Amino acid sequence: MKKRLAVWKFASCDGCQLSLLACEDEFLALAEAVDIAYFLEASSRIKNGPYDLSLVEGSITTAHDLQRIQEVRRVSKKLMTIGACATSGGIQALRDFADIKEFTSAVYARPEYIETLATSTPISAHVSVDYELRGCPVNKRQLLQVVSALINDLPPHVASHPVCVECKLRGNVCVTVAQGTPCLGPITHAGCGALCPSFARGCYGCFGPADSHNVEALTRLLADQLSELEITRIFSTFNSGAPAFREQHDKLVRLRVLGKQGS
Amino acid sequence: MSEDISAELVLPRERCGELLELVVKKGYRLIGPKLEQGAIVFGPLRGVDDLPEGWTDEQSPGRYRAVRRSDASLFGYAAGPRSLRRFFQLPDVELVVLRRGQDGPRLDYGSGDTRPIALIGARGCDLRALAIQDQVLARGAYPDPRYVARRANTLVIAVQCTEPSGSCFCTSMGAGPRAELGFDLALTEVVDAERHHFVVEVGSERGRELVAELALALAAPRLSSEARERVAGAAARMGRRFEEAAVHDALLANLEHPEWDRLGERCLSCTNCTLVCPTCFCTTSEDRIDLTGDVVERHVRHDSCFSEEFSHLHGGSARASIRSRYRQWLTHKFATWYDQFGSSGCVGCGRCITSCPVGIDVTQEISVIGGEPCKLNP
Repeated sequence: MKKRLAVWKFASCDGCQLSLLACEDEFLALAEAVDIAYFLEASSRIKNGPYDLSLVEGSITTAHDLQRIQEVRRVSKKLMTIGACATSGGIQALRDFADIKEFTSAVYARPEYIETLATSTPISAHVSVDYELRGCPVNKRQLLQVVSALINDLPPHVASHPVCVECKLRGNVCVTVAQGTPCLGPITHAGCGALCPSFARGCYGCFGPADSHNVEALTRLLADQLSELEITRIFSTFNSGAPAFREQHDKLVRLRVLGKQGS
Repeated sequence: MSEDISAELVLPRERCGELLELVVKKGYRLIGPKLEQGAIVFGPLRGVDDLPEGWTDEQSPGRYRAVRRSDASLFGYAAGPRSLRRFFQLPDVELVVLRRGQDGPRLDYGSGDTRPIALIGARGCDLRALAIQDQVLARGAYPDPRYVARRANTLVIAVQCTEPSGSCFCTSMGAGPRAELGFDLALTEVVDAERHHFVVEVGSERGRELVAELALALAAPRLSSEARERVAGAAARMGRRFEEAAVHDALLANLEHPEWDRLGERCLSCTNCTLVCPTCFCTTSEDRIDLTGDVVERHVRHDSCFSEEFSHLHGGSARASIRSRYRQWLTHKFATWYDQFGSSGCVGCGRCITSCPVGIDVTQEISVIGGEPCKLNP
């Protein structure tokens, strides 16, 4: 019998679900291989759970979602988060650094209609997660490989080394060494196939911290290339909720405040 | 031409294209230097026009820049950030495909392109590195048949090095700048305002056949000695030197030196040094299954001892700290490689020094950790 797949959305831009739809030819093969039982972005036809594999996009930002994720976990045999929002809170976790009331009153004409939590948290902060797939958005090749492994009851392989390995496998010349371009590649989790450095740009850290990283050493290197403010910002983008990036961001902010007080 | 294999010949610049065309006509794929992504790197060449004419490089720890030369040298640069390794031990290769069939499983072994390679512009350090990889991958107890097949019949047209970079130390490792062995032809570029010639040394019967077909003239003794002087000049300009024979014992006697802690703080563990190194040979394998579950591919790809997963055993990584991974790499490359393979694993090309984003200089580290016996420029 075919495995049953569900795709869930929480606070997110839908880009990771779109990566699944963007598989096109392979998406048809996926529809053959599994029973797509719940995937509102693709079909309004819903089949009830339980589901063999749930892919979860988005972070938890509302009281309602706090309850809904518990229900998703209850009906899922295996649960895999897809993308930066579900895995580390996403760009919307920038609210964690600020006052949410100020944000809602600046953005919405009638802020009293907005019911939201003060934080944006990853799925793993609320339920147990079996697998996490990084990226903003996820890489479709990696997504298909992992889904293929899981529906065939094999352990998925997701390399946790830094982007530098993917650069070298492609034969890229290091943009930091040969161009002096700031690059988060040495501390960023692989998976994108070194997309930005392959086009002579530095890595922006879309896949969050690699399993082993030396953020402090990279920060010292970035200090030759970027301003203090720019370095603080580069650690507070799509993965600002990932502990290694958040700690460095907070530390840099503290140092800046101290520096200003001293001067 | 002379029957004397040791006689040197002269190839005028304008006949370089002919030489490469002849090599292609004999069925070889050309791999040589070209300007790509702001660096002079090894890659497939279409012909002489792909060579980095008039370019050189500036290198120092953590920094590489391709810059214009004042002359039209074709080979006037030092070792670039892409070594020859990837052309013989592919970065990611399909080892085997397993298919579910009506009559049971079927295995297909990938072969890849095994047309012989002609290396254009390999240096002494590059050839020493190939010899080391041959020792590891082709002559050990478990030869890698894919490597052996790709290495078979490699034609080597070396170019003697006349331009060491600020990161080079081949003289310390006994790997250059002169290539003495392992080539079919070795060229030395002599270029100035009036002339642009290559002095050609013949290193094999295959090389002799090539120059015979081109009917090259004998090099005037003065030109030959000028070529030798240029290579000797490169040796004299080598940025650093140390007593390599002392390194094995000095490193292994200092496994708890405090410098390892400082390295653990500086090193990004990015893997750059290992993946630009021409002798690093480590790989891992990955299985990829398709959606139907009917086809599984096993891939072998380059890996690095700086990745935490590399030493993952039951329960976790055996080298969880960056300090321990750095120590493993440096002591293996410069010390325990001797115990394992009978030589150093380093050829002094300086790639790891230039390509380290934070500029860690292995020769500097060896001199600090090894102490007096390993001090730089004694």
